[in-house]
Amino acid sequence: MEIFEAISAKFNFWIYIIIMMIGLYAMIAKNNLIKKLIGMSIFQTAIILFYVSIGVKDGASIPILYHDQVHPEHHDESHGDHSAHSPSTDGHDSHAAEDRYLPELVVDGNDFANPLPHVLMLTAIVVGVSTLGVGLAVTQKVYREYGSIEESEILEMIKSGK
Amino acid sequence: MIWQFDLIILVFLVITALISLSVKDLLSAAMIFGVYSFLMCLLWAGMAAVDVAFTEAAVGAGVSAVFLIATVLRTSRRSSD
Repeated sequence: MEIFEAISAKFNFWIYIIIMMIGLYAMIAKNNLIKKLIGMSIFQTAIILFYVSIGVKDGASIPILYHDQVHPEHHDESHGDHSAHSPSTDGHDSHAAEDRYLPELVVDGNDFANPLPHVLMLTAIVVGVSTLGVGLAVTQKVYREYGSIEESEILEMIKSGK
Repeated sequence: MIWQFDLIILVFLVITALISLSVKDLLSAAMIFGVYSFLMCLLWAGMAAVDVAFTEAAVGAGVSAVFLIATVLRTSRRSSD
């Protein structure tokens, strides 16, 4: 029962590992080169999924500040004196406006998901798709050379000297 | 994220991964891999990672599927396993 609770409490991590193992199995055991590359993509997305899930917090929103949070008291009078907020005001005025608004910018980190893993994994997605593109280009080259994308047939042809 | 939705999408994710690896027609495998990427995109939108979800929808479900289909059309469509 304890084991069941330990598994069900973190069920998403177990499913990430299942997806990762499916990808690893496909990379090793599949005979077709395109199937191997699909398996590689599944493996990569499973790892990215794990990293993004680290940044999730309970009841947290997307990591973007809304206008009301940056200008809390400016919201109701924004229609009244629009000229005071325009960019044509001189330096002294804009500095005073900064003094007025910046101390009230109180952001609770628990309201937002952690954006650092998102940014890191954004790079990993792009790297993953370029890896897939290079792999598929090599697959096309292999097909032009050997007339097959099955690994066993290609190995047979290489062994028999074409 | 609501854990029931999380569980349903993750189960579909495993199912689509297994089907795209076991189907014999490579064009179907490419399309089902697109479905896999779209489910992954839904999961990330639910995890409040909207930037990653955008990128996955454009790059994973779009460009990867196009690459795979182009390769399948220029090579053979049948797979032995």
